[in-house]
Amino acid sequence: MNTDIVKPENLVYSRTKVLTDATMHYCPGCGHGTTHRIVAEVIEELGIQDSTVGVAPVGCSVLAYNYFDVDFQEAAHGRAPALATAIKRLNPHLSVFTYQGDGDLAAIGTAETIHAANRGENITMIFVNNGIYGMTGGQMAPTTLVGMKSATTPYGRRVDLNGYPLRITEILATLPGTCFVSRQSVHTPAAVRKAKKAIRQAFENQQQKKGLSFVEIVSNCNSGWKMTPVQANKWMEENMFPNYPIGDIKVDGKIVEGIGTDRLVVDHPLTVVQ
Amino acid sequence: MTEEIIIAGFGGQGVLSMGKILAYSGAMQDKEVSWMPSYGPEMRGGTANVSVIISDERISSPIINHFDTAIILNQQSLDKFEQSVKPGGVLLYDPNGITKEPTRKDINIYKVAATEKAAELGMAKVFNMIVLGAFLQVKPVVTEEFIEKGLKKSLPERHHKLIPENLKAVQTGKEIVQTVQTVK
Amino acid sequence: MAKELKLMKGNEAIAQAMIASGTDGYFGYPITPQSEVMETLMAEKPWETTGMVVLQAESEVASINMVYGGAATGKKVATSSSSPGISLMQEGLTYLAGAEIPCLVVNVMRGGPGLGTIQPSQSDYFQSTKGGGHGDYQLFTLAPASVQEMYDFVFEAWDIAFKYRNPVLILSDGAIGQCMEKLYTRDNVPRWSEEKRREMAPWGTWGKPATRGHNIITSLELDSAKQEVFNHKLQAKYQEMREKESRYEEIQCDDAEYLFVAYGSSSRISMKAVQLAREKGIKAGLFRPITLFPFPEKALAQRAKQVKGILSVEMSAGQMVEDVRLATGCSVHVEHFGRLGGMIPTPNEVLEALENQIIKGK
Repeated sequence: MNTDIVKPENLVYSRTKVLTDATMHYCPGCGHGTTHRIVAEVIEELGIQDSTVGVAPVGCSVLAYNYFDVDFQEAAHGRAPALATAIKRLNPHLSVFTYQGDGDLAAIGTAETIHAANRGENITMIFVNNGIYGMTGGQMAPTTLVGMKSATTPYGRRVDLNGYPLRITEILATLPGTCFVSRQSVHTPAAVRKAKKAIRQAFENQQQKKGLSFVEIVSNCNSGWKMTPVQANKWMEENMFPNYPIGDIKVDGKIVEGIGTDRLVVDHPLTVVQ
Repeated sequence: MTEEIIIAGFGGQGVLSMGKILAYSGAMQDKEVSWMPSYGPEMRGGTANVSVIISDERISSPIINHFDTAIILNQQSLDKFEQSVKPGGVLLYDPNGITKEPTRKDINIYKVAATEKAAELGMAKVFNMIVLGAFLQVKPVVTEEFIEKGLKKSLPERHHKLIPENLKAVQTGKEIVQTVQTVK
Repeated sequence: MAKELKLMKGNEAIAQAMIASGTDGYFGYPITPQSEVMETLMAEKPWETTGMVVLQAESEVASINMVYGGAATGKKVATSSSSPGISLMQEGLTYLAGAEIPCLVVNVMRGGPGLGTIQPSQSDYFQSTKGGGHGDYQLFTLAPASVQEMYDFVFEAWDIAFKYRNPVLILSDGAIGQCMEKLYTRDNVPRWSEEKRREMAPWGTWGKPATRGHNIITSLELDSAKQEVFNHKLQAKYQEMREKESRYEEIQCDDAEYLFVAYGSSSRISMKAVQLAREKGIKAGLFRPITLFPFPEKALAQRAKQVKGILSVEMSAGQMVEDVRLATGCSVHVEHFGRLGGMIPTPNEVLEALENQIIKGK
């Protein structure tokens, strides 16, 4: 910080020291950068930089370990919850988190995700859902919306061919092993504040040994969706949010009031993207 | 001395534990021993068998196909293993449930009515020790002193109070074993 | 060293040795014929004594990745399985080798391919020693031939794993795993203290103090020039293992005219075949590789100079025989004999194979 210009007493914001100086490779407008920042800020605020271990996925955030200045492991595709399980069980004093995308967490890693949650592993999982495989060039993800175009659903996702978008977050909320399950976004300043609050809660729960805490960030992929960042955020609000409603789903081991069984079990209407 | 033994019968007859007690007793007597069970679906209520080797020398293969002694506790096992006894070897069987008697002429055959005796004495739980006693009468490969030590080692502590009953069963087996035929 | 005599199955010996050698964690999934490893650990409850963590995972895929996660923090972490489960672990093993993480994996082999059979086999030699997963990597592979070695090799595996920062594989089979033999146990080695862990694994992800940069455990390198440099470093490490760590046992080889080469269960059967051969006046000996990678090629080449022929015996269609041929460089007649699919050869069959394939077939 340049104290010649900004006096400490006037400082209102500075970049967290839990992020390294490495330049992020994420596309301009992508939600990963912001999500990284708020996770890092929470680690700094809780004073756990020296006792946090992160686990990176395979996907766009494969290089997350270069950006967080904490010890980090790179998992095989989908296996981050298995790594985190062992890291935490063998080192209970560490704060352990996974950072995964939708393909990693909800397709190839579904078993590891469900079983880590069902065992109530005392870890924090950050799940960034942009409805597409970004890194490999925009193929269909388990969370790709019905009707949504991708490199492998060039005419739009069809239920008869590809099945339904997977709401893994709702599934996890039904498991007794999860303590806190929340879905947030980072596309506006207000949303960022709420998302950061949820992430902070997820880390605090771990310190209090409450079981698995899970925060989904519904995000955009302007490259994969082939839109400008502004268009992508608008499209996300109009199409992703109705299918992936924002808000806490489970707090302190209890499903939030108003989240009916219809939403958790079967019947939440799917909107079709045109 | 090397004694290569197969013990075969139904799961639940104590085949594996008899083998284990015999092997432990041999080990206590400073012999080299091995215990190799059949395993897999067949051990779930079907037939069970175990090869035990007791030797004065380092044991080469624990997996063997020809035996100095076969201890047989049901018809399937008799059918399966009668031909695997080495010429001049020993076949010891419990006649309970046996409908086709052994036919080999070149081996020593003994029988022990252990099932019947165990029922008569109310000793069903130590049926296998009656059979072991019968075997030791025919082939004293380990001495009684070491059988007791073997029992102590192989049974969990909470079952040590059962050792006298086990030793009594061994004694019973020694007494009731009958010679069917011997060869030179 | 307090030596207590016990009678134990090979699989139980593995479990007891894990506890006694100060292992920090075990993650596994049931599969015949090795399930007694985790069953023994669960019955022993080491978390109440040594503090060792034991967890039944949801799959072998999860098990090996738990090993990856836990071992990357510099702890002694192990798993065990049998052939089909080890196939599922190949991805994890190549990541472990690529990230240079010390750990212990035990394969109690059964017959394949596919679901195959649950009976003993030795058809995973290629998978174990030639890299079952992708990329240029090696697992340090130990082949125990007795229950005592099952026990002892766990202790040795930890020394090697941390010395070279490399996964160690104990390659056993259903016969050694299920067989009960005499075993002399050792005194417990305490689990490492926090200080010792940091000293042994300065690279580990145990929480970044202010005094160092962040430790990253990864096998990813998008710059191919750097990846090549790293791969050469791995190869240099494997070469050092070849030069310093290969191990073998020779039985009645001094005057041998014919040689059996066999590891694990096959070496026990071949040992009996040596006795039978000598009873018939055939001067046979047994060369038993104890490390399969590094293969004891120099020692075998030396011994091969005096013999008229070599029979490589393995419960497979002929895998190790390729290394025997490479080691002896066509200087001597080498043939393979094996039974497949869970069948176990008898000592008589092995001797007959020597007579037919080597002595007569010369």
